[in-house]
Amino acid sequence: QAAWCEFPSRVLLVLTSQLGVQMYESDGSTMVFWHALDVPEHPAAHSVFARGIAAAGGRFVCVGTSSGAVLVFDIPPKGTNVTLSEVLEQHRDPITDIAAEQGQAPDGAGDLVTADDSGTLCLWSTGEEFTLLGKIPGSGCTCSSVTLWNGIVAAGYGNGQIRLWEAGSGRIRAQVNAHARWIYALDLAPLSGKLLSGAEDSFVHVWQLSRNPDTDDIEIRHCHAERVTDTQVCGARFCDPAGDTFAVTGYDLSEILCYGPA
Amino acid sequence: MSTRTLPLLFLNLGGEMLYILDQRLRAQSIPGEKARKGERRSLFVFAVMNDIISAMFKKNFIEELFKPQDLYSKKALRTVYDRLAHTSIMRLNQASMDKLYDLMTMAFKYQVLLCPRPRDILLVTFNHLDAIKDFISDSPGILNQVDETFRQLIETYNCLSDGEFQLIRQTLLIFFQDMHIRVSIFLKDKVQNSNGRFVLPISGPVPWGTEVPGLIRIFNHKGVEVKRAEFTTAGNYSTPQKEGSFELYGDRVLKLGTNMYSVTRPVETHMAGSSKNLASQAKENIVPNPLAKEELNFLARLLGGLDIQKPAGGETGFRLNLFTTDEEEEHAAQTRPEELSYKVINIEATQEPGRREELSRILGELEVAEPRPGSAEKGEDLLALMDGL
Repeated sequence: QAAWCEFPSRVLLVLTSQLGVQMYESDGSTMVFWHALDVPEHPAAHSVFARGIAAAGGRFVCVGTSSGAVLVFDIPPKGTNVTLSEVLEQHRDPITDIAAEQGQAPDGAGDLVTADDSGTLCLWSTGEEFTLLGKIPGSGCTCSSVTLWNGIVAAGYGNGQIRLWEAGSGRIRAQVNAHARWIYALDLAPLSGKLLSGAEDSFVHVWQLSRNPDTDDIEIRHCHAERVTDTQVCGARFCDPAGDTFAVTGYDLSEILCYGPA
Repeated sequence: MSTRTLPLLFLNLGGEMLYILDQRLRAQSIPGEKARKGERRSLFVFAVMNDIISAMFKKNFIEELFKPQDLYSKKALRTVYDRLAHTSIMRLNQASMDKLYDLMTMAFKYQVLLCPRPRDILLVTFNHLDAIKDFISDSPGILNQVDETFRQLIETYNCLSDGEFQLIRQTLLIFFQDMHIRVSIFLKDKVQNSNGRFVLPISGPVPWGTEVPGLIRIFNHKGVEVKRAEFTTAGNYSTPQKEGSFELYGDRVLKLGTNMYSVTRPVETHMAGSSKNLASQAKENIVPNPLAKEELNFLARLLGGLDIQKPAGGETGFRLNLFTTDEEEEHAAQTRPEELSYKVINIEATQEPGRREELSRILGELEVAEPRPGSAEKGEDLLALMDGL
């Protein structure tokens, strides 16, 4: 996996693989840091890899691993002195995705969510020490991708569903039968609250999330559907913070497809 | 990547190979054949299938297969099937072997891609095994070997999570990435486009455990449903009737992995303009993989322990042609694009002194009589062979 991690004074490119985690300067010129995973000498039945990347708290890079542990790296404003500050061990299954709050978290809601193969979601508040605020147990379906916005957790599942959870209480607020196959990617546009979902069924959908601050109603509305004919969508990302344009990648596809307003 | 992928890759590709060989063996007709020889021919098909299936499910081979390990390289895997195809008295020219391997890999790639759930890859494997058991239903010894493998599959895979199956599926898809060989049976059935990419249908039953897309349910902060909404898309999905069986016997429901070849349908592949990203594939062939020779030594050792059938009376083995005529086969061999050649590794028996003796022994066991000049008539060989049975 690859992700840009934005901080007040720098941007890092973070890569995860079977060997571990690598961090590069944003122009790819130098490797700032690398962390090797403990790889057993003989291949074990359980695969070893790092998966799930997010920048959190203006200062940390969080990376998930196949053991369920989440590694928290403290990033200095410049230079290569990255340190492993904490290892969070609340998940028992391989981590699938990690997301940081992209809007304004309501009081009591965390600013980081981690997801795993069993569908379990953990909510954290970041800082010198990370605190577990809540755990949403999985229901047997893998949560493949997750986003966090204004205290709403949007989670995509292997059975094609999107579920919205309230970060503070851990309660389910919406359930969408969104796709006919495994959801591979979710992305959120923080300025508008638009949600993008891409799945193996070859469809990409744009949704509108909303949260009424007075009534505390959380809603999701379908905006747009795109069929990427004969392509299993593997990646989908908004290209601007308002969510007016987005890009899509797929299996066996050497092109990046970009979609925008007509 | 998953270290539990190789058994599924090997067994499914093997299954596809058997479907194709079975179809070609039955279809390859000899002009002017008498009814009496027709009986012997089916005996012959039976013998070839038996030998290959027996080799595929040999206990020590299956044991090694199931050990957690990374996938073999494309070259190493191709060599395994080369050897496997030749464990009977049947012989295949390079062109026919290339075509066979192309068909096998594209068929399994299609099945992996279209699996509704990641877990369904196991149902595809079971479909192949069910058919294999049918091929050798009259041989209790080999049937036992296959059942044992079946049980080991159930034991190893039935307990894996969806996430682990998705990792296996991703490992397989990476292995098959950028392969776009066009197969005529797929083109005719409209499951493959003329650019080599498979058609992904947006209709039909959704996977077991998935709901038909369209419904949005909203809950209030107390968890009570307060609103329902619908959205529509181009898709036209339906609810599945039942789940396939993961037991030793049962209705698999899924059709992927069942035999799609019948005797009357010829199967062709098209090479020209078949893949856009040849550069990456070609690079893989050129850069030598230091581990490849190591893998081959290991596999060669295992397959070297098999009883290799030597044709009776020093006659040449029966040569199977995957094309409709010898001229076609010849033409295919000459016109195959360089980038798509499999470049099967030849074991250099002279390289490492320590291994020399063992390798020579294995190679000696694998050696088959070269075709004698003058015995070019396919029909003659076959008739002579029949008389020898």
